[in-house]
Amino acid sequence: MQAAETTVNPAEVAKFEAMAAEWWDPNGKFKPLHMLNPCRLDYITRQIAAEFDRDLSAETPFKGLRLLDIGCGGGLLSEPMARLGAEVVGADAAPRNIPVARIHAEQSGLEIDYRHTTAEDLAAAGEQFDIVLNMEVVEHVSDPLTYLAACRQLLKPGGLHLCSTINRNPKSFAMAIVGAEYVMRWLPKGTHEWSKFITPDELCQLLEQAGLKPVDRTGFVFNPLTWGWSLSSRDLSVNYVTASVKPA
Amino acid sequence: MAFDSDILIVGAGLNGPALALALAQGGLSVTVIDALPEAARAQDRFDGRAYALALASMRLLKAIGIWGKVHAQSQPILEIVASDGRAGEGPAPFFLDFHHGEIEEGPMGYMLEDRYLRGAFLDAMAAEPRIATLSGETVVAQETDATGVIVTLASGRTLRGRVLVGCDGRRSGTAERAGIKRTGWDYGQTALVCAIGHELPHNGTAHQFFMPPGPLAILPLPGNRSSIVWSETHANAAAIQGLDDAGYLAALRPRFGDFLGEITLEGERFTYPLNLTIATAFVAPRVALLGDAAHGVHPIAGQGLNLGLRDVGALAQVLVEAKRRGEDIGAIDVLERYQIWRRFDTTLMAAGTDAVNKLFSNDNPILRLGRDLGMGAVNALPGLRRRFIREAAGLTGDLPRLMTGRPL
Repeated sequence: MQAAETTVNPAEVAKFEAMAAEWWDPNGKFKPLHMLNPCRLDYITRQIAAEFDRDLSAETPFKGLRLLDIGCGGGLLSEPMARLGAEVVGADAAPRNIPVARIHAEQSGLEIDYRHTTAEDLAAAGEQFDIVLNMEVVEHVSDPLTYLAACRQLLKPGGLHLCSTINRNPKSFAMAIVGAEYVMRWLPKGTHEWSKFITPDELCQLLEQAGLKPVDRTGFVFNPLTWGWSLSSRDLSVNYVTASVKPA
Repeated sequence: MAFDSDILIVGAGLNGPALALALAQGGLSVTVIDALPEAARAQDRFDGRAYALALASMRLLKAIGIWGKVHAQSQPILEIVASDGRAGEGPAPFFLDFHHGEIEEGPMGYMLEDRYLRGAFLDAMAAEPRIATLSGETVVAQETDATGVIVTLASGRTLRGRVLVGCDGRRSGTAERAGIKRTGWDYGQTALVCAIGHELPHNGTAHQFFMPPGPLAILPLPGNRSSIVWSETHANAAAIQGLDDAGYLAALRPRFGDFLGEITLEGERFTYPLNLTIATAFVAPRVALLGDAAHGVHPIAGQGLNLGLRDVGALAQVLVEAKRRGEDIGAIDVLERYQIWRRFDTTLMAAGTDAVNKLFSNDNPILRLGRDLGMGAVNALPGLRRRFIREAAGLTGDLPRLMTGRPL
C-alpha cells in the first residue's frame, strides 16, 4: 500500500486531487449522494449506537470499533465514521477511487486505511470487523448470496451489518432509473440495471441464507417539496436499508 | 493544526451566550470572544432595558437551563391590546384584544429585564466546562483553511475552530471579513426606550398604540412598572431625548393616556435609530451569522431577540446533529441547512414588520379607516385571532427542537 503511493507521479496526484474535489463538492457530480448522506448517516450512527450501547453526544462515540466501508468511493461514509472515533478500513473495487479518498482524508486530518480490494479478498485474508457498511453495493454485484456470505465472514460474532439498496417495483423503476438517470441526470445512464434490484423480503431472505439475522428495515424517502431525504419505517418502496447481526 | 475549540463565537450579548450554552450541552466545545470587559456586562442595576420574550423563546431558555434562574424576575404577558390612536385622542373604537386564555399554551410571553438575563448567562457560561470566554478582546482578522477557521485577536493571539459564528450585531465585523454584503434601509424613525413606574396596576397587559409618527408599546414589568418603546421621526426623537426628565414625561403623557395613573421615569433613557439591515447571505465557508448580524429588524413587535433565539435554536440543532453524524460541521452544505431554515422566516418577518409599520405610521384617513376596520374584523373572527396570538407567542413555522422545550 505504501509502495503504491510512492510510485504515483505528480500529474496523477493533481488528477486525483481534482477528482477528490469533485467527489466532495455538494453541488457537483455526486450531488445525489451528498443529499442522501445525512439521512444514511442518521440511520448508520443510530444503529451502531444502539447495537454497541454508545452515547452519540460523546466526543468519539465509536472509539474501539473496527468498521469496514465496502464501496467507499471518495470516502463520504468512511470520513464521518473515522471522525466519530471508529477504526475505518475503506475498500473499493475501483482502483482510481483509492488515491482520491486518501488525498481527501489527509486534507481532512483523518486516518483511514483505504484499500483497493473486495469483500471476498478481505474475508479470505481473515480480516475481522465489528461493523460492515454495505451501502448501495449489493445491486451491483453478480452473485449477491456469495457476496453477503463474505460480508458475514468479515464480521466478528455479534457484529453489525448495514446494507442498503433499491427495491424492485414499477415505482423504483420510475424513480431510480427514469428519474435519477434520465430526467434529473443525477447518475450516469446505465448506472443501474432494474432486474438486479432486490425487494426487502428477498434481501432479508438472502441475509438469512448468508447466516445473518435481520433486525431492522427502514426506507429512505425523497420529498420533492423539501428536496431532501428522510427515514421512514413504512415506505420502503424505492431506497431502503437493512440492519442484521451475526449471531454470537 | 489543532483546534482551540469546535466553535468560535464573536459577541457575548444575548444570542452568543445562548448559542454557546446550547452547543456545549450538545457536546461541542466553544470559545466566546467579546470586546467588552466582563465587568461592563455584569451590572445588576436596572438600566431601563427589558425584553419581550415570546413563549417559544422562553421554552428555549428553559431547555438550556436559563429560565429557572430568571423566572422569578419575569412578568407574564397575559393580554395584548393593539389599537390605533392619535396623541390626545385616546384609542380608536376598533382595536385588537388578544387574551392568553384563547390558546392552550399559557401566557403569550414574558417581560424580562436585561440585567437578569445577562447575569444568568454569565453565571451559566462560567459553570459550563466546555465554554471558554475571552473578554476585552476584539477580532482583527479571520481566514479559513481546508478544515478550519483561524481568527487573530487585537492582542496578537490566534484561535482556530471548525466554525466561526458572528453574533456581533448590525455592523457585524465577522460578516464584513467574510465578504458578506448587507442590504436594508432607514425607517426615518428613532425608537425611544425607557421604563416607567405607574400608580395603577397593569394586570399583565401589553399595549401597542399605532400612532401616526410611529408605534408606542407599553410592556408590563413586575410591580407597577412598565417598559416603553416609543418611535418618533428622527428629528422629534432627538428633540424629546434632549428634554429633561420632566419635559420627557410631559411629551410621553398625552401619547400614553391616563389609564395607568400618574407616571414616573425609572432607569435611563435610550434611543435606537430604526433601520432594517439584512445580510445577503447568512453563511460562508466555515462562517455563520446569527441575530442582528444576519438580520436587524424593526423592533415594532419586539421580535429582534425572539428572531435571534430562533436562529440559536436552528443553528445549534444543525451543528449538533451534524456532529453526531460525524459530518464536518463547518462544511458549506451543513451550514446551508441553517441558512435555508432561517432565511425564509427572517425575510417574512422583516417584510411583515416593515409593512405593518408603513401601514400604521400614517395619518392618511383612508388608511386609518381601513386599518380600523381590519382590526375590528380580526377581533371578531376567532380562527384568525388564535392565529395572531400563536404568531405573537412565536409558535408558528418550523420550530427548532429547543423552542419546543426539548433538549438536542
